[in-house]
Amino acid sequence: MTSVTAAPRGVDADPEVDEKTEAPPSRSGNPWGYILRKIGLFLLTLWAAVTVNFILPRLMPGTPADAALARLAQNGPVSEATKAAIEAQLGVPTGNLFEQYIQYLGQVVTLNFGVSYTFYPQTVSELVSTALPYTLVLVGLVTIIAFILGTLLGVLAAWKRGTWLDTLPTVGGAFMSAFPYFWTALLLLFFAGYVWRLFPTSGAYGPTATPAFTWDFFVDALYHAILPAVTILITSLGGWILGMRNTMIPTLGDDYVAFAEANGLKPRTVALRYAARNAILPNLTSFGLALGGVVGGSILVEQVFGYPGVGYLLFNAVTNQDYPLMQALFLMITLSVLVANFIVDILYGVLDPRTRR
Amino acid sequence: MTTTRQPMRDATQDIRTVQPTGAPPNPWQVFARTAGTIWSNGKARLGLIILAFFVLLAIFAPLIAPYGATENGFDRSADASPEHWLGTTAAGEDVLSQLIWGAQISIFVGLVAGALSTLVAVLVGLSWGYTRGFIADVINFIVNLFLVIPGLPLMIVIAAYLSGGGIGMIIVVVVITGWAWGARVLRSQTQSLRSRDFVTAAVFSGERPFRIVFREILPNMTSLIVGSFFGAATAAILAEAGLEFLGLGDSSIVSWGTMLFWAQNSNALLTGQWALLFAPGLCIALLATSLTLINFGVDGISNPRLREGKQR
Repeated sequence: MTSVTAAPRGVDADPEVDEKTEAPPSRSGNPWGYILRKIGLFLLTLWAAVTVNFILPRLMPGTPADAALARLAQNGPVSEATKAAIEAQLGVPTGNLFEQYIQYLGQVVTLNFGVSYTFYPQTVSELVSTALPYTLVLVGLVTIIAFILGTLLGVLAAWKRGTWLDTLPTVGGAFMSAFPYFWTALLLLFFAGYVWRLFPTSGAYGPTATPAFTWDFFVDALYHAILPAVTILITSLGGWILGMRNTMIPTLGDDYVAFAEANGLKPRTVALRYAARNAILPNLTSFGLALGGVVGGSILVEQVFGYPGVGYLLFNAVTNQDYPLMQALFLMITLSVLVANFIVDILYGVLDPRTRR
Repeated sequence: MTTTRQPMRDATQDIRTVQPTGAPPNPWQVFARTAGTIWSNGKARLGLIILAFFVLLAIFAPLIAPYGATENGFDRSADASPEHWLGTTAAGEDVLSQLIWGAQISIFVGLVAGALSTLVAVLVGLSWGYTRGFIADVINFIVNLFLVIPGLPLMIVIAAYLSGGGIGMIIVVVVITGWAWGARVLRSQTQSLRSRDFVTAAVFSGERPFRIVFREILPNMTSLIVGSFFGAATAAILAEAGLEFLGLGDSSIVSWGTMLFWAQNSNALLTGQWALLFAPGLCIALLATSLTLINFGVDGISNPRLREGKQR
């Protein structure tokens, strides 16, 4: 995206205008139908994801609720209210499935997921709302940086095809995207954390800091976020490079690019303002989908760095069989990815009127 | 099989590379030509060599590995030495031997989970691409749902419920979460093939839909299917390692993922055993890279523009 705006203006103004007037005219005037349809689809997907979260524990052999209750009973007597909450959540066969489902939907809407077993007596909602900002900021920022950087490198690779500027980013990118997230994390932690002692080895802020909206805390949090961020950047960059390169190459073969070249436009103008501009759209669709992968990777990264985000919490919930926490976290993660995809969908419709059909 | 995704302007190029119609081409000829196309791509060649190396390592592990995978009478957390080239683990096992034996698990999971995901993707993608109307919309919704639900968290949740299932459980989890991408790619290709003349001809000659989809359309998508197999296998290998690293698999088996799990749990970071941390991850990365590299060559089969040595 920045590549487009960074290009010199003026020289190629006329062909641009021609292209725009030739764009399909019919529905491009009114984007609201498209947006409404997307909102409808988003709500439907949301409902389906919530339902999957309801069905999953009920498909599994054995009843997680029994295991959970047994586990909870070790900590002391279980109150009737807690027992009822767990049964509603994990599906002990009391009441029919439909009643359980209605009860579950009520919990989801009111964000009342009960009490965590592991971090008793904190509620699941409290835990999730503390962890969510860390992951959102970390994953969100790094993904945007990786997208911009990877797209630029991909444009370069496609434009300089066959030279070392192509081979190095593509082979390097393929290699780096094959790095397991946790391995990159372990290596960075080992060298930058333990051997060279450049960065803190765990946590999101120092032992003396307390979370607050102050400059000191911000700097401290940033310092702690660098290693996890670099890990995600290294591992996710390759995908963007390859994706952009692969959509850019067919675009470079299109007639209008040849025409622009024949007109004697500067190579940079042709690459960025003509080819990249059109090649970036398909890449944007994969942005939303790739986000799911990055979020998954961040779970592993957070686990290695002890970074108190959603992934770390999910890992703790799973190892402690804290099913209410686990379910709520899975729902939140899915929800975040759904929202991100929704935003990308809307953006896509705004940027490319042809998709509003 | 090379003609599929081409826009009109490349038609002349295609005609030259395609067998004359009439007698169906000999499958071995097709295979040899396909393999030749992949091999002619430098990146894919590198990938095939790396893959062959790991496959041989896995098959001949009993002959190559200096010790057994769980043989543990040695010094604990020892550094590299002539007896133990990569040192020993905290439980006194030989790291190099574990690395060699571990190749078996990764190759096996990649192969089986990749093949099963691809099978599901082919079945769903092709039927979906050929159907129209309401059912297609429903499948579309389900596939998109699977695409958009983040894979690893879903795997973790399922693995948590199926705790202690070992490799079989991991394969099931990987297949459940991994088929959707391939299905979508194959579906769009099926849709574009559905309107071709040879399909219309098959419809008019009274062939049943099942036969049209799997005997007429399927062979035209071999390269895409091969491509999605390698993609799914890569994802499976990474997912398996990730789940085992989190301790959600069977941590008593020896694989690259469990090696890293034990390395982290036994504080290899503090004892400074870099080989124990470095080697298993490097193997995972190399194996996964090799499959991605092979896919560069596979892309070239169906899309001559992506072949190497030819400029746009």
